[in-house]
Amino acid sequence: MKAAPFEYCPAASLDEAVALLAGDEDAKVLAGGQSLVPLMAMRLARPSRLVDLNPIPGLDWVRLDGDRLSLGAMTRHRQVERHPELRRRCSLIAEAVEQIGHVAIRNRGTVGGSLAHADPAAEWPALVLALDAELVARGPAGTRTISAPDFFTSVFETALRPDEVLVEVRLGLPSERAGTAVLELSRRHGDFAIAGVVAVLETDGEGAVQDARLALFGVGETAVRARAAEARLLGERPDDRTIAAAAEAVDPDLHPSSDLHGSAEYRLHVARVLTRRALVQARERAGRRP
Amino acid sequence: MSWRELTLTVNGRRLSGRAEPRTTLADFLRDELGLTGTHLGCEHGVCGACTLLMDGATVRSCLIFAVQAEGHELETVEGMAAPDGRLHPIQEAFSLEHGLQCGFCTPGVLMSVRELLHENPDPTEQEIRTWLSGNLCRCTGYQNIVAAVRRASTMLRDGA
Ligand SMILES: Cc1cc2nc3c(=O)[nH]c(=O)nc-3n(C[C@H](O)[C@H](O)[C@H](O)COP(=O)(O)OP(=O)(O)OC[C@H]3O[C@@H](n4cnc5c(N)ncnc54)[C@H](O)[C@@H]3O)c2cc1C
Ligand code: FES
Ligand code: FES
Repeated sequence: MKAAPFEYCPAASLDEAVALLAGDEDAKVLAGGQSLVPLMAMRLARPSRLVDLNPIPGLDWVRLDGDRLSLGAMTRHRQVERHPELRRRCSLIAEAVEQIGHVAIRNRGTVGGSLAHADPAAEWPALVLALDAELVARGPAGTRTISAPDFFTSVFETALRPDEVLVEVRLGLPSERAGTAVLELSRRHGDFAIAGVVAVLETDGEGAVQDARLALFGVGETAVRARAAEARLLGERPDDRTIAAAAEAVDPDLHPSSDLHGSAEYRLHVARVLTRRALVQARERAGRRP
Repeated sequence: MSWRELTLTVNGRRLSGRAEPRTTLADFLRDELGLTGTHLGCEHGVCGACTLLMDGATVRSCLIFAVQAEGHELETVEGMAAPDGRLHPIQEAFSLEHGLQCGFCTPGVLMSVRELLHENPDPTEQEIRTWLSGNLCRCTGYQNIVAAVRRASTMLRDGA
């Protein structure tokens, strides 16, 4: 369990980080190290150069501006979960982040690292899909913006190029009247989810659903929006029957695999049950602050 | 690859040793500085045995490279007892409540408990269990660890 040798390059600025990445095709960014270092210890990853973003000042921020939230890539999970103003405005994000690993992992692990790592069972990718986020990357040619659905391409694969650094994620917060929920099933507290769901539900003055978002994780190559289920809800009253029908409609969007932790059918079943429960919880929270 | 001289601040003391970039903080503390109180179980972030405080917050020392710890304040289990050997109240509570058996997990548990009681001086049983979910113990069944944390919480609030 010892990493292979590598060249350690602490970056003093983003420009330097990009140049260091461009200078070695087997270079990798080191953020919180909570996913990369275990992979290196097991020698599943053997980067020849590590470009450490930790010394770069000013890459961690939580900025709330009305319905917009901007997070710096090096913002630690704990910084997000311990931001009282954000928790008041949108408890969904803190509730999801609290389910990541354990305190010591969240003290160190970063928002950008979770997104760039793109574990299909992780919470952040589902959150940014549900909240229609944009991800901002910096490369040798400058800065570009990638929408969340375009960002996640496959298991542990993203649209980031090897010489690009993720610098920021911009999320759209649900309306204050919306109800939200995040539910997941894992064997032990802090484990990656076997299946999980992020739900946002908002009704209009008549009680009909005007905004429904469901993002599932652990049930495919990437986190995924359950579009068919969302469509089933729009314009309807979110009564138990409609919610049950929506939960049944998650199937076509999900492609779970079978592994040690559960078969594909089991994961699909869990996804349906969690979707139903999350929608009920979101409905109960809609229209009032949690 | 390149070894170099490294100086870290551990329990308020400046200590030097040699490290490669790939040397983890845990290995550096144990093998170079002789501070073997920090234990290594899994070496990939899961068990919590190597937990210590960096700038007051718990981190896995198996997931940080020693070179990254330069300029930061580190606290390990060796820094808990007073110089005359008198135990820290948290250690005292673990001793009184039998919060350890083999002791392998204990240094990491103590570090996590320090952070917990600093942030939340009077945690509920559920809060204690959730907080310590990242510290695996193969001996105690956790009952006495939870009892020890509750006792430590009382002792610290009473100014023991
Ligand atoms: C015991 C344990 C339990 C965990 N449980 C969970 C869990 O339940 N849910 C969960 O979501 N996560 C979990 N994690 C992982 C944790 O959330 C990590 O923080 C996260 O996955 C990676 O973030 P990091 O900052 O540590 O990134 P690193 O490990 O430093 O990097 C991960 C990858 O992303 C790349 N990268 C990082 N930052 C950038 C950037 N800014 N630009 C470009 N590329 C970048 C790196 O090159 C690397 O390939 C767990 C980890 C451990 C050890
Ligand atoms: S040795 Fe570091 S977490 Fe297990
Ligand atoms: S006391 Fe033996 S592992 Fe915890």
